Amino acid sequence: MNSTNQNAPLLEVRNLSKHFGAVRALNDFSMAVRPGEVVALAGDNGAGKTTLIKAISGVFQPTGGEILLRGQPVTFATPQEAREKGIETIYQDLALADNLSIGANIFLGREPMRKAFGFLPVLDRKAMAEAAKATMGRLDFHVSRLEAPVSNFSGGQRQAVAIGRAVYWDAQILIMDEPTAALGVPEQRKVISLIHQLKAQGRGVIFISHNLQDIFAVSDRIVVLRRGVQAGERKISETNHDEVVKLMVGG
Amino acid sequence: MTSTSPAQPAEKHVAPQADHGDPARSLVARIAEARAWLFLAGLLICFEVWSRLAFGATFVLNPFNLQSIAIFAVAPLLLATGQTFVIISGGIDLSLGFIMGLAAVIAAHATNIAGAAIPLPLAMLAGILASVIVAGVPGVINGLLISRLKVPPFIGTLGMFGVARGAAFLLAGGTTVPVQNSWFALLGNGKFYGIPYLVLITAIFVIVMHYLLSQTRFGQHNYAIGANVQAARRAGIDIRGHILRLYVLSAMCAGLGGALYAARFTAGAAQAGEPLLLDSVAAVVIGGASLFGGSGTIFGTVAGALVIAVIQYGLVFVNVEPFWQFIAVGVVIIISVLIDQAQRRFSGARQDE
Repeated sequence: MNSTNQNAPLLEVRNLSKHFGAVRALNDFSMAVRPGEVVALAGDNGAGKTTLIKAISGVFQPTGGEILLRGQPVTFATPQEAREKGIETIYQDLALADNLSIGANIFLGREPMRKAFGFLPVLDRKAMAEAAKATMGRLDFHVSRLEAPVSNFSGGQRQAVAIGRAVYWDAQILIMDEPTAALGVPEQRKVISLIHQLKAQGRGVIFISHNLQDIFAVSDRIVVLRRGVQAGERKISETNHDEVVKLMVGG
Repeated sequence: MTSTSPAQPAEKHVAPQADHGDPARSLVARIAEARAWLFLAGLLICFEVWSRLAFGATFVLNPFNLQSIAIFAVAPLLLATGQTFVIISGGIDLSLGFIMGLAAVIAAHATNIAGAAIPLPLAMLAGILASVIVAGVPGVINGLLISRLKVPPFIGTLGMFGVARGAAFLLAGGTTVPVQNSWFALLGNGKFYGIPYLVLITAIFVIVMHYLLSQTRFGQHNYAIGANVQAARRAGIDIRGHILRLYVLSAMCAGLGGALYAARFTAGAAQAGEPLLLDSVAAVVIGGASLFGGSGTIFGTVAGALVIAVIQYGLVFVNVEPFWQFIAVGVVIIISVLIDQAQRRFSGARQDE
C-alpha cells in the first residue's frame, strides 16, 4: 500500500441522520475510518451509537446523509449487502452457532462442497477445518481440536472465532459492539490484542465500548456521541479519561 | 487477501490457548452420544437371558424375531426420521401421525384407481407417489404457518393434526380402504434374501436422510438454526425457506410411512399413524437429540426406534402383559434425558475452569 492509500478513508460517514418520527436518534453525524485505524465510538446509553452502527451495517436506512466506501457512495438495503462490500459487524452476543465447529461457523451460510465418489456433493469439512486453522493462526489463536463445537471454548476464544469469520471473508471494516463486555480480564486483553492484529493487517475497526481503559488501550481516535450528535473527536494521544467523560456527559 | 505474517502483538498468549482435550470427559461424552446403542445392546442381552431362562430358546439369534422387530420399527422410524430434522431445528411436528394416516388412505385409493387404467406395478408406484405428494400438502401449510405467520410449531402442527385426521377419515369414508393390487401386497410382505422389502426401502431411505442431515448445507443449516436462529439469519441463511422445506420434508417422510403401511396391511386406514406420533418423538429423544434443538443424528434416531421396537416386541415375546411396554418405554425416555442432562452439566462444569 502506498501512502496516498493509507490516508484515504476506507469508510466515511457524511452528515448522517436517522429520525424515528420526531425522535432524532442520529443527527448530521460525520466520521471517517482509515486503513489500519481503530476508531472508538463512545457515548452514554441512548447517545446513538447503536443507531449509527445499524445505519452503517445496513440494518437501518439512514434518513439523510451518505456513506462512502473507499470514496464511493454506497447504500445497503440489507446487512447482507453491507457484508458483501466488506463491512462486518461483530455483535455482543457473538452470533455463533454453539453446536458447530469453528470452521462450520466461519463458513455458515457459504459452506464449501466437494464431490464424494466423483458425483455426490458433500460438505468439505476438511477445507473448513484447514481454513479455520489458518485463519485462527493469523489471529494468533491456535487450536488443535478443530472439530469441537465452539461451546467448548471460552468467551474470548469465541470472540476470536467471530472475528476470524470476518477476517476469513476479508472484511475491511469491522464494527465491534462491546467486544470485551462479557469477558474476564485476561480474555479482554486477548481481544484487545486481536484488535491490534486487525489493525496491523490494515483493516479499519470501529470499536464501541463503555470501558475507557480498553478504548485507550487500542484506539487511535475516539469519537464521542451525545444525544445523536457528535460531541467531539480526539486523538487518543492528545486526550485523557476526564476529557472524554466530560464530552460524554456534556460537562 | 495478500497480507501474511501479521505483526506480532505486544501481548502474546495472555489467555490460555484453547485445547480441552481431556480424555475422561470425551469418554463420558462418547457414552452419552452412544447411549441409544448401549440401551439397545442392553435390552437385547436382557431379552436373550430372559428367553433362555424361561423358554430355553434364543431371542436374538432367531431370524424371525429380528425380522419382526425390524418391521415393527419401520413406521415409527420413518416418522422419527422427519421428526429428527424438525426437532434439531428447535421445532416439533405433531401432525405426522395423521399425515401418515392420510397418506395411507391416499395410497390405497390412488393404487386402486390407477390399477383400473394402467398395469399393476405402475399403479403401485403411482399410489406411492400420490401419497407422498399429497402428504406434502399439510407439510407446506405447516411450513407456511410456522415460517411466515410465526405460529409456534407446537400449535401449528397440533392444528394440522386435527385437519389431517379429519381429512383422512373423510377420504376413507370412516372405514379402512382395502387395496386390490397384488404387487402392492408383495411389496408389503415379500422378502429379498430374507430381508423384508419394507425394511430394505426404509434402510435406503434412512441412509439418504442421514446424508441429507450430515453432509449437505440443508443439514448444516438445520443444526445452526436449532442452536441459534439469530446467528443463522445473520449468516445469510434463508430461514423462512428452510423452515418451509423442513416441514414438507417431515410430512413426506410420514407420507412414505403411510404408503408402506398400506402395502403391509393391503389397506389404508386413517388411524394408521395414531399411536406412532409420540413413539417418533420418543425415538428421537432416546436417540440423543435435545428437544431444545441443535443436536441429534439420524443413526441415533434409528437406535432409538429400535429400542422402542425391541421393548414392544420383546415384552410380547416373553409373555409380559402388553401394558408394561408403555412403562418400559417411558422409563427409557426418562433415563435417556437424565443421561443427557448429566453429560451437559459435566461438560458445563469443565468449561468454566
